[in-house]
Amino acid sequence: MKLIIAAIKPFKLEEVREALTTIGVRGMMVTEIKGFGSQSGHTEIYRGAEYAVNFVPKVKLEIVVTASMADEVVETIAKTAKTDKIGDGKIFVLDVESAVRVRTGETNDDAL
Amino acid sequence: MKLAKILPLVALLALPTLGFAQEATEAVEAVVDDTPPMAEIGYILTTFMFLVTGVLVFWMAAGFTMLEAGLVRQKNTTMQLMKNMALYSLASVMYFLVGYNLMYPGDGWSIDGWLGAFSLTGLEPVGLADTETDLTYASVGADFFFQLMFCAATASIVSGTLAERIKLWPFLIFTVILTGLIYPIQASWKWGGGFLAPGAEGVTDFLDFAGSTVVHSTGGWAALAGAIILGPRLGKYGKDGRVTPFPGANLPLATLGTFILWMGWFGFNGGSQLYMDTAANVADISRIMANTNLAAAGGAIAAMILTQILYKKPDLTMVLNGALAGLVSITAEPLTPSLGAATLIGGVGGVIVVFAVPFLDKLKIDDVVGAIPVHLFCGIWGTLAVVLTNPDATLGAQIKGIVAVGVFVFVVSLVLWLILKAIFGIRVSEEDEVRGLDVAELGMEAYPEFSKG
Repeated sequence: MKLIIAAIKPFKLEEVREALTTIGVRGMMVTEIKGFGSQSGHTEIYRGAEYAVNFVPKVKLEIVVTASMADEVVETIAKTAKTDKIGDGKIFVLDVESAVRVRTGETNDDAL
Repeated sequence: MKLAKILPLVALLALPTLGFAQEATEAVEAVVDDTPPMAEIGYILTTFMFLVTGVLVFWMAAGFTMLEAGLVRQKNTTMQLMKNMALYSLASVMYFLVGYNLMYPGDGWSIDGWLGAFSLTGLEPVGLADTETDLTYASVGADFFFQLMFCAATASIVSGTLAERIKLWPFLIFTVILTGLIYPIQASWKWGGGFLAPGAEGVTDFLDFAGSTVVHSTGGWAALAGAIILGPRLGKYGKDGRVTPFPGANLPLATLGTFILWMGWFGFNGGSQLYMDTAANVADISRIMANTNLAAAGGAIAAMILTQILYKKPDLTMVLNGALAGLVSITAEPLTPSLGAATLIGGVGGVIVVFAVPFLDKLKIDDVVGAIPVHLFCGIWGTLAVVLTNPDATLGAQIKGIVAVGVFVFVVSLVLWLILKAIFGIRVSEEDEVRGLDVAELGMEAYPEFSKG
């Protein structure tokens, strides 16, 4: 099993969710986050004074899938969330040791 | 309401229909004896006008409160609400105890033309019993009610500038002196018949129709003195000259507050015509309201276009300030300008605030809501702009009024703030300022169920 963590632009969330559902992803965790990467922050002006916005709002997806599906999920996210502009986000893939479905007690691949 | 009081009104409404409603003739004749003598009609309408416009000006207290609540950070909201409730109430009491007769001493000046009378405000007896009432003006009650609102507005101006760092009680003590003494004394010079009023030979002197100087600059000068003594909010100005903005917590409230002020201003300027007893006066009130509206519009549009050009995005808080700047700018002379001139006078006000806000930041004078640019700078501009449309005004007399009021209010306020600072301290501790005045001074949050923004 693999844990895929993706930070993407918030307005892409719905599109990405739809694309992942289409390829058979059956669950995901979504968090609104702030952060910075190579896009870094930007400046805004309030009442004539410039100020730095150091953290940019993003959406974080956490998806656990079977190892065989991981590549397809990563590709789908990368393809769907891409705008070709700076700040499109990043995707990380980690190994997952075990999983349990709370209601039934099923484990690992069966729990996904 | 007693029937006796309603009947004259019924008669007034019925009069024009006398010739047409034959069946009703009997009923009309029954009440016709209670029709007010023609001599009373002017008194009635003017008094009524003061009561209605006074209520509108009262509502500006709500406008100031919402504007300030919207432009402070969330952690200082309750304190701003508290201060506005308190200052309006204190202003009401002080104007009754001292202010009204100090401002309008009649023949009872303590120092002729400079210092009015010290006495409580008294109204006419109930039902005007056993009195010879002067029917050429309005009731004392209506006049007191109307003028009190202007006094309270002056105090509202100060609270916005000093928000987020001043202690509650020293601020309220300042409010008591401002509304009981400072405002009424300087207002008596112009409006009470003092040394800035039209000269004895009928020569028109310093002109300030509804108070660009008498009300708005006065509040602005007091706020400026306070901001200098109090110092900026923690972290507002960095060592390298960087300005850190603290965006307001609730722009819908700030916008609502601005619209409420805009509405109240129709009473502020319209009621300042002071008479509604002739067709000419009613027409003038109409001119004033129409001009007042366009000046606000001009100020808002100017600020919107200018911030778009300067900063690439229009800044809503500047547009709000721009509308108010337009209103302050037209307040010294809302009657004589044409609609176009009123729009332009207000528009210049909008331009002034867009440049004045960063200018004050350069001087490290921290004005949380922009009250000094709006009320002081545009108050001065509006007072000078009288000469553009009113042939009776002279630049020299306008400057004399601006300087006399400015020096008096600024110096007295500065001394008063210094005394308060020496006795009580006027600033909360650094820790309390960071936690927010709501929790530190009041133990009550404005939005307790929401997480901190």
